[in-house]
Amino acid sequence: MTSMSSKTLPAGRGDTSRQSTEGSERSADRRHSVLRSTARGRQARAAWILAAPFLALFAAFTLLPVVWSLLMSLTDTQSADLRTPLNVSFTSFDNYVRLFQDDQFFTALRNTAVFVLVALPLTLAAGLAAAVALDRGIQRFRAVFRVGFYLPVITSIVAVAVVWKTLLEPRSGLVNLVLGWFGIDGPAWLADTRFALPVMIVMAVWRNLGTVMIIMLAGLQSVPQSLMEAAELDGAGPWQRFWRVTFPLLRPALLLTAVTTGIGYLQFFDEPFVMTGGGPLDSTLSATLYAYKQFGNGNYDMASAAGYVIFVLIVALTVLQFRLLRDKD
Amino acid sequence: MSTLSTLPTAQPGTDRVLRRRRIRRTWGRPWLYLPLAGALLLMIAPFLWMLSGSFKPEADIRRVPPVLIPTAPTTANYGELFGKLDFTSMFANSVIVALAVTAGNLIFCSMLGYALAKLEFRGQRVVFLLVMGTLMIPGLVTFVPLYVLVSNMQLTGSMLGLILPFLAGPFGVFLMRQFISTLPDELIDAARVDGCRELAIFAKIILPLTKPALATLGIITFLGSWNNFLWPLVVAQTESQYTLPVGLALASSGQSFTVFGVLLAGAVIVLLPVMIVFLLFQRHFVAGIATTGLK
Repeated sequence: MTSMSSKTLPAGRGDTSRQSTEGSERSADRRHSVLRSTARGRQARAAWILAAPFLALFAAFTLLPVVWSLLMSLTDTQSADLRTPLNVSFTSFDNYVRLFQDDQFFTALRNTAVFVLVALPLTLAAGLAAAVALDRGIQRFRAVFRVGFYLPVITSIVAVAVVWKTLLEPRSGLVNLVLGWFGIDGPAWLADTRFALPVMIVMAVWRNLGTVMIIMLAGLQSVPQSLMEAAELDGAGPWQRFWRVTFPLLRPALLLTAVTTGIGYLQFFDEPFVMTGGGPLDSTLSATLYAYKQFGNGNYDMASAAGYVIFVLIVALTVLQFRLLRDKD
Repeated sequence: MSTLSTLPTAQPGTDRVLRRRRIRRTWGRPWLYLPLAGALLLMIAPFLWMLSGSFKPEADIRRVPPVLIPTAPTTANYGELFGKLDFTSMFANSVIVALAVTAGNLIFCSMLGYALAKLEFRGQRVVFLLVMGTLMIPGLVTFVPLYVLVSNMQLTGSMLGLILPFLAGPFGVFLMRQFISTLPDELIDAARVDGCRELAIFAKIILPLTKPALATLGIITFLGSWNNFLWPLVVAQTESQYTLPVGLALASSGQSFTVFGVLLAGAVIVLLPVMIVFLLFQRHFVAGIATTGLK
């Protein structure tokens, strides 16, 4: 009986009401299940009607391009007519081989890796620190701080990049003016191969720490006070209380922000496009900017292949983050 | 307390403890205000610089070292934006595209979100995994064939080309499904017993209850579209089709600091509308983001 009902109701929803069913009520139950199955047919029809518009758009503008892009990355689009995508010559992995023989692609990958590996932990740490400071340390003006820290998140990267570009102008910008007050002769930030990428890392942390802060702040405020008091009574110091009590509760939210921020960072594009064009000497060339440049030169196959390399990196980073941050239970 | 007060030496001590407790209740940890205020200044300094720079006359812009407050504030920079660079039509384009994309996502994502959360149908799991799986796919992977597709449809350089690919995004489905699954099943069952048709249940019962989630999704989608850069950069072909970020980025590339005031004014035009909306609705906004993250 239970095995049957679990077969007919795969989701198992509403099963609890059936537990009282006795043998004598079996025929009533069967009639009920017939009614249920027509109801389920109606439900399924409604579900597909509701799903159809999304799925149609999704198939046309997401699924089709994903598959098409994979095919492109495996073909030579130079000689192909893109209007008839099936009439192309497959070149198997030639584009990927060419990609990995290109020193510029390696530079782009290295820059992207440095950007993600430095900016991502810094963003998470800064956001978490801001959240803890606001949660524990501040009672007054909390909304002001929260709004101020979150403000950069909602801004357009392009507009922010333009503003930062002017801030960093070596002679007329604010940054070197302030450094000058302390007797420091600031460099030509974006024209200097040593500083251009670090500047973009700082900018990324500045722009994104608010997201982490908001989500962590909500998490911190949902930590039950009784739990903290119990830990305190057990003799846990503030540091221990944070790592043993608070942090494990924040972990799922931290994982989510880490994954979404990481996916965004791996596609790092707008800042170098606006601020440096990838220079000086390719020092801020990102993988996405490289792909964009290939696309601009008409190398659709190479651009698609680079896109898939980034996709693989995103999957790898996501898996790694799940390994590192998932609840260990 | 009473035992403590009998000990004369303890009196000043408890006073201090009580005072400290009172301070903590109203202020928290007072020494934290200074570093946090410093951090806050760092967070908003670029915006202040932007605002001040956008009103600087030519002479101030060329001055070395720079002046922080314009000596003779001018709106000439804004005049140039709306005159020479046609930011008026770019602004209109951005608004139209963002509104259309937002409307599409609210409608289509809530429909699929409800089906995935509350209805039973064959293939439900496949649809869910397929849609969620694409959350990880970078825009760049789809963008080359998307460009070929849209140009084959003769849509490059049209508003539709900017809107169509973004009308139905997987993130909205995720958000709406998460929210709708927290609504009680009994509500839907009761409506069914009362003879309410399936689609009417969605339209008349579920949709009104999902307003908070729709508000969050609406804000996120609008912002995402307003700030979107790569796709409109590729698809828009003439200046009359640019969105604001594209216009601003192309105006800034290869320019020296002489147009600096104009660029900062452009940044103000891109940022100010969303900042105002955010400041007005920040409470709902922040609540929406926070719950999205926690679910």
